[in-house]
Amino acid sequence: MPPGAPPLLSARGVTKFYDAIPGCRDVSFDIWPGEVLGIVGESGSGKTTMLNCISARLEPTSGTVEYATRHDGPADIYRMSEPVRRLLMRTDWGFVHQNPQEGLRMGVSAGANIGERLMAVGARHYGNIREAAADWLDKVEMDTGRMDDLPFTFSGGMQQRLQIARNLVTAPRIVFMDEPTGGLDVSVQARLLDLLRGLVADLGLAAVIVTHDLAVARLLSHRLLVMRRGKVVESGLTDQVLDDPEHPYSQLLVSSVLHP
Amino acid sequence: MTAMVEVEGLAKTFTLHNQGGVRLPVLAGFDLAVAAGECVALHGPSGIGKSTVLRCIYGNYRADRGRILVRHGGGSVDMAAAHPRGILAVRRETLGHVSQFLRVIPRVAAEDAVAEPLRLRGTDPQEARQAARAMLRRLNIPAALHRLAPATFSGGEQQRVNLARVFVADYPVLLLDEPTASLDRENREAAIALIREAAGRGAAIVGIFHDAEVRAAVATRTVPLTAAREAA
Amino acid sequence: MTEDGYNFAYLDEQTKRMIRRAILKAVAIPGYQVPFGSREMPLPYGWGTGGIQVTASIIGRDDTLKVIDQGADDTVNAVSIRKFFARTAGVATTERTEDATIVQTRHRIPETPLAAGQILVYQVPIPEPLRWLEPREAETRKMHALEEYGAMHVRLYEDIARFGHIATSYDYPVRVNGRYLARPSPIPKFDNPKMDRLPALQLFGAGREKRIYAIPPHTEVRSLDFDDHPFEVQTWDEACAFCGAADSFLDEIVTDDRGGRLFVCSDTDYCGKRRAAGHTGSATRDPERGGA
Repeated sequence: MPPGAPPLLSARGVTKFYDAIPGCRDVSFDIWPGEVLGIVGESGSGKTTMLNCISARLEPTSGTVEYATRHDGPADIYRMSEPVRRLLMRTDWGFVHQNPQEGLRMGVSAGANIGERLMAVGARHYGNIREAAADWLDKVEMDTGRMDDLPFTFSGGMQQRLQIARNLVTAPRIVFMDEPTGGLDVSVQARLLDLLRGLVADLGLAAVIVTHDLAVARLLSHRLLVMRRGKVVESGLTDQVLDDPEHPYSQLLVSSVLHP
Repeated sequence: MTAMVEVEGLAKTFTLHNQGGVRLPVLAGFDLAVAAGECVALHGPSGIGKSTVLRCIYGNYRADRGRILVRHGGGSVDMAAAHPRGILAVRRETLGHVSQFLRVIPRVAAEDAVAEPLRLRGTDPQEARQAARAMLRRLNIPAALHRLAPATFSGGEQQRVNLARVFVADYPVLLLDEPTASLDRENREAAIALIREAAGRGAAIVGIFHDAEVRAAVATRTVPLTAAREAA
Repeated sequence: MTEDGYNFAYLDEQTKRMIRRAILKAVAIPGYQVPFGSREMPLPYGWGTGGIQVTASIIGRDDTLKVIDQGADDTVNAVSIRKFFARTAGVATTERTEDATIVQTRHRIPETPLAAGQILVYQVPIPEPLRWLEPREAETRKMHALEEYGAMHVRLYEDIARFGHIATSYDYPVRVNGRYLARPSPIPKFDNPKMDRLPALQLFGAGREKRIYAIPPHTEVRSLDFDDHPFEVQTWDEACAFCGAADSFLDEIVTDDRGGRLFVCSDTDYCGKRRAAGHTGSATRDPERGGA
């Protein structure tokens, strides 16, 4: 990436009020291609609100979110036309929910779940769609023999991997993840983290990962934002923030982690 | 002879907000210049701030004041002021840091962990893995362990994986924080050989070596640290 | 004569006008579902209340009405709807497709090609083709508005994955005039090709769901498919046991409790006309072989 290249996504002063209650306040940051940004903070700190705001899922009360489109340069995601925005959401962007059931179509097979985004952008060759689905099952370390099984027959960790495959099949440029390893056992979580790490590095993806788990943040993200009461209280390189936290809240967060 | 690392007026105070706002001044106006081929040993009692210097140079500690210039890609980067992406670029190409602890990544095999710095530079995966295995062998990690994740390794083995990760990548600048702390004699010798080789090829090295024997074997110069409270 | 106490064709004139406005809009935007104020009818939802309201709104005294249910003129649903209009509108009824000006249908398109000037009224249980994908009405409307139809292929994909071919055999989704995705109502996909560029006007009424949509005459109607799994209609190894037709949609009829069965035209008018013209099938040629 050449220095001075424009960021992929720029948030400026993103603020969201739920009536009078602030969800997130004055959040600004840039993210470049290939970069993983972690958002940490306790429950209710506004992490998820902010993630929804920057991923075109929740219009902020004020502030702008600019995305560098492939052909037309930077564009405010809430000012572009709805068809363009929805197309971006199905192609250039991915969103991985904490609960895989929110991100999967539970009534259709694993293969159809992966193929859906391809079909949504016009793929009309069954054989090719199936091949792509098998390829992605393999990439997320799932048995391709289970391609025709329904998602509810899979374990939580496998459902999460399926959700990731479903998002990555259109080669998005940025993926938003809300506690992607949230509800999983530690062993399953470790495997998923490792997978995510590899995928992000190999595909040169940008990613924004919301997590309350500092170990997850350290493992996956290049940079961190620490949020508290809707505001970013500290930001920087991941190891700076975790090894040398400066804000009282960051210090509290880091010192509260249990080390087995 | 141009300095590879140039630290000027480095100051660092820790404020512990959750312990009554205690302020711990560690560095106040620390200077250091390290040339290519030099191995500088930081010296002083425990807690004086030796590791803090290394971490400020590496960028995981933020300097309060001062400049930390590292020669990188034909220019120099001030690690105290660089953008995070700039710091990551310096770490990828120029700056290797052996910390006292290996940060184990679950499920990643030792050879892959060691190959990672090369992979980040875009080296072919096969080639990177071969280089990693060769480095692990030099540090006496048996081949049977190469494919295993280091989480279950002994402390000494983990430390050697940690060393291998850094020495595999031929960084022009090396920061070594107690690189031989938990090693037995045989492995200490292997580490000393690696450090001398690195200096021999022109790397600038800043290290903390508690073991006097090791220090004598590798250091070309010793820089004493004094307490910041007195210096300030 | 019409029954006393009812307006012509049961519905009041204001309601008919409202429905006709919806129909005009539907014709103007082929395949688009127009909401309308569906009325309570003197029969339950699912029995054709949508189709009846459409028919009631367009029927005039000079019209001739044919009603079929699964292709047959003589089933309960067809007979009672035909009688309903005979009593409330006093119109002529017929079983002959070519004599009808309006054909109200449940689950079939007649085998006899419909001509310009005729109107085919479909009874529709669920008008929204995207419903199985997306339960929110606001969202399906947006998907229609933005032509976000790609995910519709997921269903066909599932068919092929499960059965090796597109097993959906009725209510097979179509794209109308290259724009709106529509459900053809539960007709067999055998009938889908008949919808394409049909000279007759096709109107669809969904009473419970309160939607009307239309395919104007000569409009392109394409069935969804995959490049490597093109749309295909059902075929039979048998011909109609009564009239020998090899080109019509066949129903399977079990004739006894010893496994005897017959395949016969589902379109009773078509079959009857062929037999009257002297065509025979296996059962009519050789009575010993069949149970008829």
